[in-house]
Amino acid sequence: MKRLVVAILLASTLGVLPAARQPQPAQEEFVPVRDAETEQLPAAPLVMSAYAVAWLLIFLYVWSLWRRLNKVERELAELGQRATPKGR
Amino acid sequence: MRTLFLPTILLAVVMFVGAPWLIDNAPMESTMGFVQKIFYFHVPAWFVMFAAVFVCGIAGAIHVFRRSAAADLVAVTAAEIAAVFGIVGLVTGPLWARKAWGVWWQWDARLTSALILELILFAYLLLRRYGGPGSEKLASGVALFGMANVPFVYWSVNVWRTLHPKTTVVPSLGPGMRGAFWWCVLAFMLLGGALFAARLRLECLRARVDELYLEH
Repeated sequence: MKRLVVAILLASTLGVLPAARQPQPAQEEFVPVRDAETEQLPAAPLVMSAYAVAWLLIFLYVWSLWRRLNKVERELAELGQRATPKGR
Repeated sequence: MRTLFLPTILLAVVMFVGAPWLIDNAPMESTMGFVQKIFYFHVPAWFVMFAAVFVCGIAGAIHVFRRSAAADLVAVTAAEIAAVFGIVGLVTGPLWARKAWGVWWQWDARLTSALILELILFAYLLLRRYGGPGSEKLASGVALFGMANVPFVYWSVNVWRTLHPKTTVVPSLGPGMRGAFWWCVLAFMLLGGALFAARLRLECLRARVDELYLEH
């Protein structure tokens, strides 16, 4: 009995699932593409973007480094000035 | 270090000015075409990243085992440099992949392990920034894991099946490509070295500021 139930369930699942998927209607004709060149992805923008992004990241890092260096040098100078009267 | 900084950065700038001419004159690759030109910045960025990760790991180990404060400054400096050049590699790679493979990203061994390495570096830097006192030693452990990951990233393309070009492409480069490639590697290494020197100076000045705050 169990085997019969399993067989019925299996058969119904196999039969129902593909039907539930609603397959695409079959293609009746092939339409030739008019401008195939536009389909291809041009490489130049990607190469230019890669170089631009690399430079931008490096410049941003240099700028951030320069800003942090200036800040800590200012802080060091202030601390030096504060320490000088104590030493005298 | 300070006397070497200016000539190094000047030489790097001169080399970067000459790089586009060499890259433009390098022969076009037969299967990938023009997009392969990204290779001349993408791979050197990874070279600098790997070198910096090794410096970070070794300095971290010296800090842990010899309690050297100077090694810790070197480690945090190298981690930041590695993270910056890693981002350059991770951004330029997908731009190349989009044309060569038709997808921006592929979860294969090379790309995934490279991303994990970058995340380890971010973890290191976040730990240093927000970990509080004593986080240096914990971060050094993270740096060691990062260093151990480098060989996996490098050999992953030879061990696992992947879309990424194998490591053999570099030694097998043709004469026109070889010159341009090694020129860019040297330029990137010089730039990485100069940035490392500047970043290390920042770390040393910060250490001095901390000392002064403790004194007064």
